[in-house]
Amino acid sequence: MIPAAFDYVAPTSLDEALQALGSGDDVKVIAGGQSLLPILRMRLNAPERLVDLGRIEELRGVSEEGDSLVIGAMTTYSDVLDSDLVRQHAALLHKAIREVADPQIRHRGTVGGALVHADPAGDVGAPALALDAELVVAGPGGERTVAAGDFFRDLFETAVGEGELLTRIRIPKHTGWGAHYEKFVRVAHQWSIVAVGATVRVDGRTIAEARVGLTNMGSTPLRATAVEQALVGKPATEEAVREACAAAAEGTNPPSDLNGDADYRRHLATVLTRRAVLTAAGA
Amino acid sequence: MTVTEQPAQAPEVGRARLRKEDARLITGRTRWTDNIVLPGMQHLAMVRSPFAHARITGLDASAAKSAPGVVAVLTGADVKDVQGALPNAWPASDDQKTPAHPSIAVDEVAFAGEVVAVVIARSAAAARDAAELVDVDYEELPPALELKAAAADEVLAHPDLGTNVSAVWTFDSQEKGTGGSADEAIAAARADGVVIEREYRQQRLIPAFMEPRSVVCDPTGEQLTVWTSTQVPHFVRIFVAAVLGIPESKVRVIAPDVGGGFGGKLQFTPEEVITVLAARHTGKPCKYTETRSESLLSGHHGRDQWQRLTLAATRDGRVTGLKVELLADMGAYLGLVTSFIPMLGALMYNGIYKLPAYHFTCTNVLTNKTWTDAYRGAGRPEATFAIERLMDELAAELGMDALEVREKNWITHEEFPFHTVAGVTYDSGNYEAATARARELFDYEALRREQRERRDRKDPVQLGIGVSTFTEMCGLAPSRWMGEQRYAAGGWEHAEVRMLPTGKVEVVTGTSPHGQGHETAWSQIAADRLGVPFEDVEVLHGDTAIAPRGLDTYGSRSLAVGGQAVVMAADRVVEKAKPLAAHMLEAAVDDLEFTGGRFAVRGTDKGATIQEVVWAAFTSHDLPEGMVPTLDAEATYDPDNFSFPHGTHLCAVEVDTETGQVRMRRYVSVDDVGVVVNPLIVAGQMHGGLVQGIAQALWEEAVYDEQGTLVTGSFVDYTLPTAADTISFVNDNTVTPAVGTALGAKGVGEAGTIASTPAVVNAVVDALRPLGIHDVQMPCTPERVWNAIRSAGENQAEPTTQQAQEHFEPGAPNQDPTAGHAGTPEKGAGQ
Ligand SMILES: Cc1cc2nc3c(=O)[nH]c(=O)nc-3n(C[C@H](O)[C@H](O)[C@H](O)COP(=O)(O)OP(=O)(O)OC[C@H]3O[C@@H](n4cnc5c(N)ncnc54)[C@H](O)[C@@H]3O)c2cc1C
Repeated sequence: MIPAAFDYVAPTSLDEALQALGSGDDVKVIAGGQSLLPILRMRLNAPERLVDLGRIEELRGVSEEGDSLVIGAMTTYSDVLDSDLVRQHAALLHKAIREVADPQIRHRGTVGGALVHADPAGDVGAPALALDAELVVAGPGGERTVAAGDFFRDLFETAVGEGELLTRIRIPKHTGWGAHYEKFVRVAHQWSIVAVGATVRVDGRTIAEARVGLTNMGSTPLRATAVEQALVGKPATEEAVREACAAAAEGTNPPSDLNGDADYRRHLATVLTRRAVLTAAGA
Repeated sequence: MTVTEQPAQAPEVGRARLRKEDARLITGRTRWTDNIVLPGMQHLAMVRSPFAHARITGLDASAAKSAPGVVAVLTGADVKDVQGALPNAWPASDDQKTPAHPSIAVDEVAFAGEVVAVVIARSAAAARDAAELVDVDYEELPPALELKAAAADEVLAHPDLGTNVSAVWTFDSQEKGTGGSADEAIAAARADGVVIEREYRQQRLIPAFMEPRSVVCDPTGEQLTVWTSTQVPHFVRIFVAAVLGIPESKVRVIAPDVGGGFGGKLQFTPEEVITVLAARHTGKPCKYTETRSESLLSGHHGRDQWQRLTLAATRDGRVTGLKVELLADMGAYLGLVTSFIPMLGALMYNGIYKLPAYHFTCTNVLTNKTWTDAYRGAGRPEATFAIERLMDELAAELGMDALEVREKNWITHEEFPFHTVAGVTYDSGNYEAATARARELFDYEALRREQRERRDRKDPVQLGIGVSTFTEMCGLAPSRWMGEQRYAAGGWEHAEVRMLPTGKVEVVTGTSPHGQGHETAWSQIAADRLGVPFEDVEVLHGDTAIAPRGLDTYGSRSLAVGGQAVVMAADRVVEKAKPLAAHMLEAAVDDLEFTGGRFAVRGTDKGATIQEVVWAAFTSHDLPEGMVPTLDAEATYDPDNFSFPHGTHLCAVEVDTETGQVRMRRYVSVDDVGVVVNPLIVAGQMHGGLVQGIAQALWEEAVYDEQGTLVTGSFVDYTLPTAADTISFVNDNTVTPAVGTALGAKGVGEAGTIASTPAVVNAVVDALRPLGIHDVQMPCTPERVWNAIRSAGENQAEPTTQQAQEHFEPGAPNQDPTAGHAGTPEKGAGQ
């Protein structure tokens, strides 16, 4: 598995990176390489030049910005897992990332790479969506901010255009919210067949607010808004949650493949949503 | 001469020694074939057909030939007169239809992945780049894919053969005089007994060894040297000679360290031929190392059968007859032993039971898929699955306990040797003892109780218990038997023990380890027989110039056959040493006794160590009349029967009826592999074997689409389990020594794989039986289990209570607390 030959540059600043990106037609960004390298090695793609973002310090790390957390695009999964800020204020993202692949891949793969790669079975998109993340995209003409809901366009397609870079992810703090990411796989190292990320704010025994994101239930991550609404004001009990989650698969368009057909995935989504919400609510 | 009494040494056989080869194998600081770099070495890249069945109508390699770094491109047209045909060494019938099997396709391709050209270049990258430039025109032909349709000759895989049926093989106990008529038994049972009729699918599997295959060929010497990641260097030598018309004496084959095989490297491959052709064509060393994708696509696959089974029994649970009708998918070609793999199980469908009547037919069918061949267990997992699933079905049908129905039918330990309905003689065994021990370790009664409770409270997580009381025939040898079955070679094994002047020992074995730990086990055996320290023994293997005689490693044969050869050769060394020792000690040979590495004159304190005798032989200053100055000895062993390990495996699974997910809860195996040379190695073989068998039950399947493209062409889709997917197993052994060898060891390499698959599926079905479910096709994926539950309809367990979560704690290790008592490893010296 040898990729076709390519040029390689490793800029140390965002500006240089943007310049390098604009330097030709067939230029591709490489972050952790955990999705891109398999593609290159299987020769499914053969860009002329790779721009490695690995040496740009400003793209790395987790910080606070008022009511939000800011995660640099080049922050690795394992950096996120080590971050108390993420654990405290975006517990859902933390829990989801725990379920990504294995330690080797988590030491290389980045949050930004995962979001831009936009694999519908990836585990970062649904939590980002559920947490109302905003994505900061830089291009030759400056920066713009895209809401997660507008970011994912289709299979492997996002709002990041030619010559643009994702620089950071801003997530409103969900401090004190319970969270759970229920990932369904056949073998441990697999991509999600279906996964559900739920985060809830419980007031006494009542669910005050809920956010639910679905992984691999369509060509992009999806938000189960009907379930979110149905949960508000409900007691965090098995029965009430079951009822509210019954509609989890509504409006989804899951794939059919070796791991299950679309009907089975719809069924799973309902079961997993109930389990995720109940666990998130500490019930 | 020193006369101090030597301390009695604890025997090496039975010690849980850490494997001496592990440090180099695990770190990779060793000679894997791909690590070999020779001066001027060139690299190969294969161009493979994307189509399952097509005619090659044009091939333009000019762009590739003029690409940077390219030395040459060889196509089928270039080599058709010199490449010969790949061998099939074990035909299933005298009139078997065998498609011609070129290494590089000439006019037609018969499976997706078949090689159509090879690029030879100065670097691996240049070869790969140029391979993309080879332009092949194909005219697609309809592919024969699905096994049953192919058997009906709807589409022909090789139109020139006129049929897809390659051979039909039959065994009839009435005709052979080993039992009655299965048809009559079934008719009788239809009248006033029980008949269980089932159809089971043995899905196609991929061996998925860790080290992808690699070949290096150096043509620049008087002998052509081939390094290859193979289980069978001796076979490869013969076939390089026979297929390419090179004198065998001009060929040396080396299997350096080899990273797993599982039968997948029991083959003579197109890539081996092509690498030799490329090296001879260019006159320079060439290397080919496959990618993981190529390995999954074009290394041979395993299993792939449909089994139609009819079991007859009396109402009180005595089995009276079994009829087996198989369809076996050969794939596109007949590899080394492709055609006989199903028959390696044919004599075992009776399992451990006293069956009075048995009939077996297998139809070998050609299709346009990767060819199948040996994969861990080879024919025997399929047989064991069939009979062990049927015994559970019979128990269910009669409302009996699964163990009780087995006990009613199995051969009791007093009845050995036992002549089975399949015409085989089981030498030894004790099924009662293994089962009793397994029951105890498993806590069978408690789990049955828990199962009842879960059923009563309609828990969404149901518990199932599966049984597999298996035996297998391994130690693939009896040359005479193999000859009777049309096999092209024999099954003996050879060893040489070389006593070095300084007292160190070289054991040369004809077996060819690829991860099993032979170096450790063979050292233990030799150390005991010769009374030398374990550390003083070196085991040499896998090089036809060093170990010229041997028949290699597969079929759980190495210890049972090759280990016995080591015993015999070592004993001959001692015999040879005796006259010299007697001469040195001025005693008669008959007055000597040999213990703990020392020849002693009985009744005196006079003695000489074997090292002293070896030195005396080396110096040859004072040898007895007529003695040659060496104590080295060789031995060849050809047993007259197989070895029959057996065991009782008990498996508990939890089935989440809401999602169909199956989780292992407890797994106990009590195996009788005869005398255990190294408990740690046996435990390792059991663990790996179990996971591989469980993987067939739950996880793995090679899937092709309607065009004949392998969909599971990477580990993203071919879902190989890892340690995270299994639990800690509880393994124990009973010991009934194999009859007829000094070693008393039976094979263990395949036992775990053979036994575990039915245990797991029986457990899954057992969990779901109250819903009216009596089968789930393998692999029992969550979707299949859920579909079975859904279509079972009404009786379904009430949806959910929260207890469901308890056993499915995300991230919980899901381990059996009593596990892991397989013996404390001892540190191997010299590490
Ligand atoms: C064996 C294996 C198992 C895996 N299992 C899982 C799993 O279970 N769940 C899961 O979610 N993921 C899984 N992954 C994928 C992993 O999460 C990847 O790391 C991730 O999808 C991509 O991140 P990366 O940093 O490696 O990106 P890269 O592979 O470097 O890049 C991916 C794509 O994003 C683009 N890109 C990267 N960064 C930027 C940026 N800042 N701006 C613009 N474009 C950018 C690249 O050009 C490329 O197209 C697995 C990967 C492997 C190899």
